[in-house]
Amino acid sequence: MARLNVNPTRMELSKLKKKLTSARRGHKLLKDKRDELMRQFMILIKENRQLRSEVEAAISEANRYMAVAGSVMQREVLETALMLPKQEVELEVGEKNVMSVYIPEFKTKFRSGDANDIYSYGMAFTSIDLDGAVSALSAILPKMIRLAEVEKACQLMADEIEKTRRRVNALEHIMIPDYEETIKYITMKLSENERSTTTSLMKVKDMVLKESHNYH
Amino acid sequence: MYKAAVIGDSASVSGFAALGLSVFRETEPEKINKLISRLAANDFAVIYITEPAAAMVRDTINKYRSSKLPSIVLIPAIEGNTGDGMRALHEAVEKAVGSDILN
Repeated sequence: MARLNVNPTRMELSKLKKKLTSARRGHKLLKDKRDELMRQFMILIKENRQLRSEVEAAISEANRYMAVAGSVMQREVLETALMLPKQEVELEVGEKNVMSVYIPEFKTKFRSGDANDIYSYGMAFTSIDLDGAVSALSAILPKMIRLAEVEKACQLMADEIEKTRRRVNALEHIMIPDYEETIKYITMKLSENERSTTTSLMKVKDMVLKESHNYH
Repeated sequence: MYKAAVIGDSASVSGFAALGLSVFRETEPEKINKLISRLAANDFAVIYITEPAAAMVRDTINKYRSSKLPSIVLIPAIEGNTGDGMRALHEAVEKAVGSDILN
């Protein structure tokens, strides 16, 4: 460990002692923050994984329907059927503070009152597979929104955990040992000085006594 | 009020139009790049993008990883699931924990 480049004085010593105390306190706090973030992250990541596999399964199913619909209907008819949606999704974005990580919260709002009002076409000229695709997607939409929320939360928290972990490590392995070593160095230097003062005083005393009284 | 968008090839994303999401049928990297920047600046809180489309614009997507909005979510395209979405999840775990402890 590298000793800090400071003068070995009492002033520096007391300054360093204060710094060491706050570094230790900061280290403890950051460690707690990291642990709690990690706990929350593990809960979220499990939900994220669950949601993602559900959403992926549902979209794959919808895609299968869509592929069939695309093969039985003309492409233009298919596109036209979906061209003018009746429904519109709007999102209200809130914010949640988890250990000072601000994660977004989404609230879904549909333009028309009925969330199931999704078929933007008459049933006569379209394949039933298209209905299947649209209804499968519509069923998974709430989970997709939640997935967007959770996935973002996971990303932001992963960043924050990484940052916090670095800070904890820097304090634990660099700053605190450096302070400790420098404090030790200054303490030794000061007591060394003290000893040398004492010995030189003794020496001087001897010399003075010798001169005035011829003592040995 | 924020909106949600879907980006990808026509066959994969058309179905979402019926649900009222804003659908963008793009398959060229430069256009998708521009589109994502435009959407991010224009009140789109969530962007769903198909995995093949996302693979072309990975840098742009990574750019928005650490910002609060928009949330960019990978979804499987019509050709099937490439597993990129799950992989991103594992990467997040690796970043946070130091090793991939899922599974």
